[in-house]
Amino acid sequence: MNEFVETLLDLTWHEPKSSYDVVIIGGGGHGLATAYYLATRHGITNVAVVESSYIGSGNSGRNTTIIRANYGIPESVRFYQRSLELYSTLEDETGCWIMHATKGLLWLAHTETAMRAERARCMLNTACGAETVMVTPTEAKTICPQLDLSGGGRYPVLGASHHTGAATARHDRVVWAYAQGAMREGVHVLQNTKVTGLLKDGDRVTGVQTANGNIAAGVVLSAVGGNVTTIANYADVRLPVRTHPLQAFVTNGYAQGFGPIISDTELFCYVSQTARGQMLIGAEFDPQPSYSKQSSFNFLQSCSSKVSHLLPFLRQLRILRQWTGICDVSADFSPIMGETGADGLLITTGWGTWGFKAIPAGGSLMAEMIATGTTPELLRPFSLDRFARDHALADQGSTGTR
Amino acid sequence: MLWLTCPNCGRRPIDEFAFGGEFPTVPDRITDADDRDIDAIWMFDNVAGITTERWFHHAGCRRWQTVRRNTITDLILEPETDTVY
Repeated sequence: MNEFVETLLDLTWHEPKSSYDVVIIGGGGHGLATAYYLATRHGITNVAVVESSYIGSGNSGRNTTIIRANYGIPESVRFYQRSLELYSTLEDETGCWIMHATKGLLWLAHTETAMRAERARCMLNTACGAETVMVTPTEAKTICPQLDLSGGGRYPVLGASHHTGAATARHDRVVWAYAQGAMREGVHVLQNTKVTGLLKDGDRVTGVQTANGNIAAGVVLSAVGGNVTTIANYADVRLPVRTHPLQAFVTNGYAQGFGPIISDTELFCYVSQTARGQMLIGAEFDPQPSYSKQSSFNFLQSCSSKVSHLLPFLRQLRILRQWTGICDVSADFSPIMGETGADGLLITTGWGTWGFKAIPAGGSLMAEMIATGTTPELLRPFSLDRFARDHALADQGSTGTR
Repeated sequence: MLWLTCPNCGRRPIDEFAFGGEFPTVPDRITDADDRDIDAIWMFDNVAGITTERWFHHAGCRRWQTVRRNTITDLILEPETDTVY
């Protein structure tokens, strides 16, 4: 048993009360981070996080742990840059080792069109505070010696954008760090408590119905992942969200060590190395909406074919494990945070393939919103009513979206 | 792996098809005409259960077909019951 698990054994798991100031549905990264920042920053500790399974069992436990801010529109870059900065101080703040490692991310371009897109991305990112520079193929090879610059003859690397601040962290340690920090302040984390409905007084949401009884709440926040539509339907809220499966896999250990994170929009894949030495590989989400967590062989086949063009050494490795998460993907590929139109119900959703990197910023800003009742400047563009106002934030600055 | 049975080409892997979207519905409780338009354009039912949707066989006969699918199990209900694997 390692040191980290031992510290978790000290946690006191609480019996549910009948009423809280704030009830957060979903014990993943976003839900627990919101509870943590409510308790530590705003002194609101009468908070419950309600989770249908165990904490971090959904997409917080199924992502590819990449933290970056090189998005395609200013609103997103500023938001994710805040998150990247909060991640880098999270270990000092919580006292938990989350295995945070700054690695830098190389975003490869194989065509002139892609080069133009990457140049534009560099300028936009740098202007918004996320350091990104263009590098030549030779420089890319220095950063990542394993890279085949000819791309297997089919995908020659013409250049790349290098996002120097990109990092990785251990996903379940992040979840546990927030849970631990929140519970120390008196937040209740109720595991194995499935929400089966919302309590309503007229149009106002006043609490949640769970399999273990009703819990009243001043404010209900839905931080649910793939099943968010189910929760929204309880309050008659319509969401521009579809649930798509997203798959990823790891290989056995690669002893030589692999420094950066490699990402590729044209081949739709990304590669990094976990702290255990396994190569972690992911791609875009499945095209059909589905709640099925069935992994597929043709994903493994197409994805490994693509990445082995760029990194030929991967051919000698063996695939160890494959998994699928169900992602809440919004219509404009940007998250949705804030008011729902139903009184007493807030939402943080649309985290699709970009949720893990946003945990600290999403959590701290949602906490600020709940505590102060006003929308923080960084969150304002991401409100649900942007669709009705014709201000959709079309941002496909993620490898998972085409 | 999801398979679809195309009326023209028979049982084919899902990679050959493009998802064309589910049949959009707007709830009756939304009455304002503008709100109905916004709902029709942006909002999704995102059904957890049986949904009716369109698929395009781009790598085969290049025709559209209507499919009923259970999104929890990925079981295809029509044109004939088929398994996922």
